Amino acid sequence: MATIDDGMREGVAAPLPKPYKPPVVAPGHTPGTVTDKISSVVLRRTPKWWYVGFGLSFMLLMLFLFSVTYLFAKGVGIWGINQPVGWGFDIINFVWWIGIGHAGTLISAILLLLRQEWRTSINRFAEAMTLFAVACAGMYPVLHLGRPWLAYWLFPYPNTMGMWPQFRSPLIWDVFAVSTYATVSALFWYVGLIPDLATLRDRARNRVMKVVYGFGAMGWRGSAAHWHNYETAYLLLAGLATPLVISVHTVVSFDFAVGQVPGWHATIFPPYFVAGAIYAGFAMVLTLAIPLRAAFNLEDFITTRHLQNMAKVMLATGLIVVYGYMAEIFFGWYSGNLYERFMLMNRATGPYQWHWFALLLCNAVVPQLLWFRRFRTSPFWLFLISMVVSVGMWLERFIIIVTSLHRDFLPSSWGLYKGTFWDWSTFIGTMGLFLSLIFLFIRFLPMISIFEMRTIVPAAGNTSEGSEYTTAPEQEPGIPTNPPTNPGAVP
Amino acid sequence: MSATTAKTRPPIYGLMAEFHDSEELIAAAWRVREAGYTRIDAYTPYPIEEVAEATGHHHSKLPLIVLIGGIIGALAGYGLQYWVSVIEYPLNIGGRPLHSWPAFIIPTFEMTILFAALSAVFGMFFLNGLPQPYHPVFNVPRFALASRDRYFLLIDARDPQFDREGTRRFLADLSPTEVNEVEH
Repeated sequence: MATIDDGMREGVAAPLPKPYKPPVVAPGHTPGTVTDKISSVVLRRTPKWWYVGFGLSFMLLMLFLFSVTYLFAKGVGIWGINQPVGWGFDIINFVWWIGIGHAGTLISAILLLLRQEWRTSINRFAEAMTLFAVACAGMYPVLHLGRPWLAYWLFPYPNTMGMWPQFRSPLIWDVFAVSTYATVSALFWYVGLIPDLATLRDRARNRVMKVVYGFGAMGWRGSAAHWHNYETAYLLLAGLATPLVISVHTVVSFDFAVGQVPGWHATIFPPYFVAGAIYAGFAMVLTLAIPLRAAFNLEDFITTRHLQNMAKVMLATGLIVVYGYMAEIFFGWYSGNLYERFMLMNRATGPYQWHWFALLLCNAVVPQLLWFRRFRTSPFWLFLISMVVSVGMWLERFIIIVTSLHRDFLPSSWGLYKGTFWDWSTFIGTMGLFLSLIFLFIRFLPMISIFEMRTIVPAAGNTSEGSEYTTAPEQEPGIPTNPPTNPGAVP
Repeated sequence: MSATTAKTRPPIYGLMAEFHDSEELIAAAWRVREAGYTRIDAYTPYPIEEVAEATGHHHSKLPLIVLIGGIIGALAGYGLQYWVSVIEYPLNIGGRPLHSWPAFIIPTFEMTILFAALSAVFGMFFLNGLPQPYHPVFNVPRFALASRDRYFLLIDARDPQFDREGTRRFLADLSPTEVNEVEH
C-alpha cells in the first residue's frame, strides 16, 4: 500500500512520506463502486435476518406501548417512585438516552470541523442513532409528568389560564435545549441525506421506491450552484450543532447541579456530564457498528482504523469521567460539609454500595483494556467493552439520582428505591423503539453517506489528501457499469 | 430565445456534455467560461470546489441569511423571557430580581441556535430553488449517472452566445464522452 502520493496527478508535488496509517477506505474503490456497494444494501431484497431482528425489536416496542397504556390508565404510582426518591428510572433513562445521542452529533459536527475524514463512513448512522436516542429520551420527561396529555404546557404560548413558564428553572431550560437539539439533529440528518436520496431515486428499480425517494430528494440534481450552497449550509449546521451539543448535556446537568441536594450540587457536573455523554455515545456507536459491518460486509468502509479511533475516543472520555468521580469525592471531602461527606460514605457503604462498585468496575476499570492495541482492534472485545460501558453509564445515573435522593438532610425522611416491573418494562420498551427505528433506517436509507464517501476515494481526484489513501487502479473507463436503462443494477 | 438554425426543430433547454473525470470537467468548464459563455452549470456526484469556481457559482448568500436568522432568534428568545418574566407574568420567588438575565441566557442561546439552523436549511432550499419537482436535465437518460460517477457540463440555451450547432461543435471539441441536447 502506497503511503505517499506517487505524483500521478500533474501539477501536484509528491508530499513528504508520512508514517503509515491504515486507510479509511479499503483499496480499489472508486466513486462508482462505493455508490453500488452502499446503495445495494437498500435496494436489494430484504435479508431474512432483518425480519427476525425487526420482529424482535417490534415486540419490545409493543411492550413499551403496553406499559405506557397501563401508565396512562393508572398513573405514575405503578412505578417505584415515591418520597423521598421522586426521580427514578424515568430521569435515569432520560439522561442515559440523551447522552447516547451526543456521540452522533460529535461525529457528524465536531469531527467534520476538525477535518477527521474517518468520520465519513460512520456519521450517517451515528446521526440516526442520535435522532432515535433523543426520541427515546424525550418520552421520559413527558411520561413522568403524571398528566402527559398536558405536556404542551411546558412551552410558552398564550393560553386562557393566563400562565407562563418559569424561565429561571433548569427544567424549562431543558425543554428549550432538548427540543432545539431534536430539531437541529433532524435537520442535519435530513440535509445530509438529500444527495443520497437522489442517488437512490436514480437507481431504484421499483416505481414506488423511485417516487418516494424522489420526494425525499426534492429534485436534487447535483448542480455546482446547489453543491456550493449545500456545502455552506452543511458547514454552518456543523458549526451550530457543536456548541449546541455541549450545551444540551450541560443543561441536563443543571437539572441536578442547580439543586442543593448533596451529590448533585457540584460545579464539576457540566463537563463531567458532557464527557460521560460522549463516552456512552461512542459505546453505543460501537455496539451498533460492529454487528452492522459484519451483517452487510461493510468492512471496506468501517475499517479497523474506525474501530480503533472510536475506542481511543472512548478511552479518553472515560478517563475524563473517572476524573469527574475523583473530583466529586474530593469536593465532598474538602467541603467539610456533614451532608456531603455522608453522601460519599453512603455511596461506598450504604444500601446501594454494590451499584457503586459495579459502576466503578464498568466505567473505570474495564475500559482500561483499551490502552492495549489488541483490544482496540478486536471487534469482539470492543463490542463487549462497549456493552459494559453502556451498563456502567446507566449505573452512573442511577447512583447520581438514587443515592443522592434516598438519604438527604433529614434522617426521618430517608427511604429506599427500587424499580418495579413497569419501570423495567418501560425501559426495555424504549430499547424496542430505538432498535425498531434502527432496523427501519438500515433497511430503507443508506446507512453510510454515499456522496461523502465518493469524496474520499482516490479516483475522486482528492490530490491534497492523497497521502492518506491508497491509490486505486482506474476502473475500465469505457464500460458503463450502470447503464441508465437499468438504473437499479446491483453488482 | 436565441436565434437557432433555420430548421424548425422544437427549442431546447440547453446542451449537455458528459465527462469521465472531474479534472476533465474542470478544464472544460474553464474553456467554456473563457469562450464567453455565462449561463453554464455543472453536475457532479459530490461537491467539488474547483467546479463551483470554474462555473462561477462560488458565492453564497447563505452565511448572511444564517447570521440574520441567529440574531432574530436571540432577540426573540430574550425578548420573550423579558416580557413574560417582567411585564406579563411577574413571579416573586425569594425576592430574586424579575429581570434575572443570567438565567435567561440559556434559552436565548438555544433559540439563537434553533433559528440559525432553521435559516441555514430553509435558506439553502430557497437559494437552490428546492423542492423542484421537474427539471429538464432529467430528460437526458444518461443524467441518472450524475448521482453515481459521471460529470456533466451544461450550457443553457438562454445564453446570449448560444448557437445550437456552433455550441454543440464547441462542446464536442472539449473531448467529452457524449454531447446531448436537453429537451424542455
